[in-house]
Amino acid sequence: MKLHTISINNLKRRKAKMAFLTIGLMVGIATIVTLVTLTSSMSSDIERKMDEFGANILITPQSNGLAMSYGGISLGGVSFDQREIREEDLARITTIANHKNVSAVSPKVLGGIKINNHDVLLVGVHFASELKMKQWWKIFGNEPKSEHDLLLGSEASRVLNVSSGDRLTIKGESFTVAGVLDQTGSQDDALVFANLATAQKLLGKQGKISMAEVAALCSGCPIGDMVTQIAEKIPDAKVSAIQQVVEGRLKSLNQFKRFSYAMAGVVIFIGSLIVFVTMMGSVNERTTEIGVFRAIGFRKSHIMRIILLEAALVSLLAGFLGYAVGMGSAKLALPFMAESKNAHLIWDTSVACGSIGLAVAVGLLASLYPALHASKLDPTEALRAL
Amino acid sequence: MALITIKNVKKQYTSDGDVVEALRGVDISIEAGEFITIMGQSGSGKSTLLSVLGGMNHPTSGEVEMAGVKLYHLPGEKLADFRAQKLGFVFQSFNLISYLTAIENVMLPLAIVSMNTPDKKAAARQALERVGLGGKLDRLPNQLSGGEQERVAIARAIVNNPEILLADEPTGNLDSKTSEDVMALFRELNDGGQTIVMVTHNRENGVYSDRTITLKDGVVVAH
Repeated sequence: MKLHTISINNLKRRKAKMAFLTIGLMVGIATIVTLVTLTSSMSSDIERKMDEFGANILITPQSNGLAMSYGGISLGGVSFDQREIREEDLARITTIANHKNVSAVSPKVLGGIKINNHDVLLVGVHFASELKMKQWWKIFGNEPKSEHDLLLGSEASRVLNVSSGDRLTIKGESFTVAGVLDQTGSQDDALVFANLATAQKLLGKQGKISMAEVAALCSGCPIGDMVTQIAEKIPDAKVSAIQQVVEGRLKSLNQFKRFSYAMAGVVIFIGSLIVFVTMMGSVNERTTEIGVFRAIGFRKSHIMRIILLEAALVSLLAGFLGYAVGMGSAKLALPFMAESKNAHLIWDTSVACGSIGLAVAVGLLASLYPALHASKLDPTEALRAL
Repeated sequence: MALITIKNVKKQYTSDGDVVEALRGVDISIEAGEFITIMGQSGSGKSTLLSVLGGMNHPTSGEVEMAGVKLYHLPGEKLADFRAQKLGFVFQSFNLISYLTAIENVMLPLAIVSMNTPDKKAAARQALERVGLGGKLDRLPNQLSGGEQERVAIARAIVNNPEILLADEPTGNLDSKTSEDVMALFRELNDGGQTIVMVTHNRENGVYSDRTITLKDGVVVAH
């Protein structure tokens, strides 16, 4: 017989009340686990799928422009001192301080070319990095693989009257239309995409690139710093940031996060009230029992230990159950709330330990006053309560 | 030297703004090994006197000395420790813990004593055997008769070998036959050297004790 024997036997005896207490606290913990896991899983999903949102840093050659107008009449403008970016310059991007945040670099060479008597814009790309960055592209046919494979925008395909598998001749060289893009509603619809080296040769721009798109997106990426770092490494380039899309999504997620934490706060407050009321009721029911304990020599600290141990045991159980139920709920809810269909649930040990720890802390704190109240019961008064 | 000395103990309560004098200057001296019965009508102050003796009710004035210790001079929780080590209580309504078995109820005072569990069990079993309940160790209180519950309560009171056993109306809820058995048990315990102070309103119980102290309106009128 030890003090914990009393606590455990009491819990066994008051099964219904303790089940109510456990469920009350468990619901609170489960809600928190669900919300926290959902937000972290959704954040991770967004970070993982950042490439799908496209590039957010644009590298173009540096040039000076001059607007020409006189007497309020605009005569257009001219660009002069046009500089070039060489392909090897882009390799310097891997040396910037935040190079780990760079997920893809897609260099491009652009130039007008005549195909079947039609003027089209030829874009040379590294198909691997381009396709990684533009995951919303839907290709009818195959992805280009060889140097003589082309990828056509939907409008270009219509104008040139070709589809996947057809052949096209450009400057005497024969090319295969590997695939045609589904309509994107963007400038991509009118473009003809070719392998970068091939396009450079066709356009007479060997080793040169017209622009590069960089995907360097994650919730914690310092985009502004990265722009400065790249500009320092490639002085002939104009580096600019395109952040609106991702920032919008991250802002929504942060709002959801704040809402989740507020909800969690309310739920845990209600949970602690349930613990407090139940434990207080339990102490009041046990006035005589506590009087007997005090009469036979139990110290106030012994009474507190009995009450707090009961609270800790119930809270521990509520913590375990709350974590399990919360993770189950998050798993069910994630497909409806995440950006992508194959979002993964994050099993975080800190959430597991935190939820169980929180349950025990809330249980103990909410039981502290009832335990103090019990320990201060006058044994004579307690025995008189018969 | 007396085991228990009560000197001019007074106890006042305030009830609905009125001052009630439960004890009005009580002087008692009890020797070790005595079996004392405190008798009196309802409201005579006998239960208040017992709670004062039990270290649970600070007197308004006066002195209570037990086993050489001035009870109400003990600091903080030392009074609780004194109760645990020196006193055993038998309550009127048995006050067994309903979710503990007979042996667990008897082991209750040992829960706060540093002793290994097998020794605690052995001590509890011995106490239950002493009161004739060696065969009902694992029964819950609601599986025992009133007399048996009283015996468990007595076993719980004696399990830690207290110097003084205090009993408040121990036969108050028992039929006459069971009351006689319980009183015989008290007598037996006293014959073994146990000091017993028992409060009762039943005059018949007085025959089992060595001495009867009668209270009336908070003062000792006969002893």
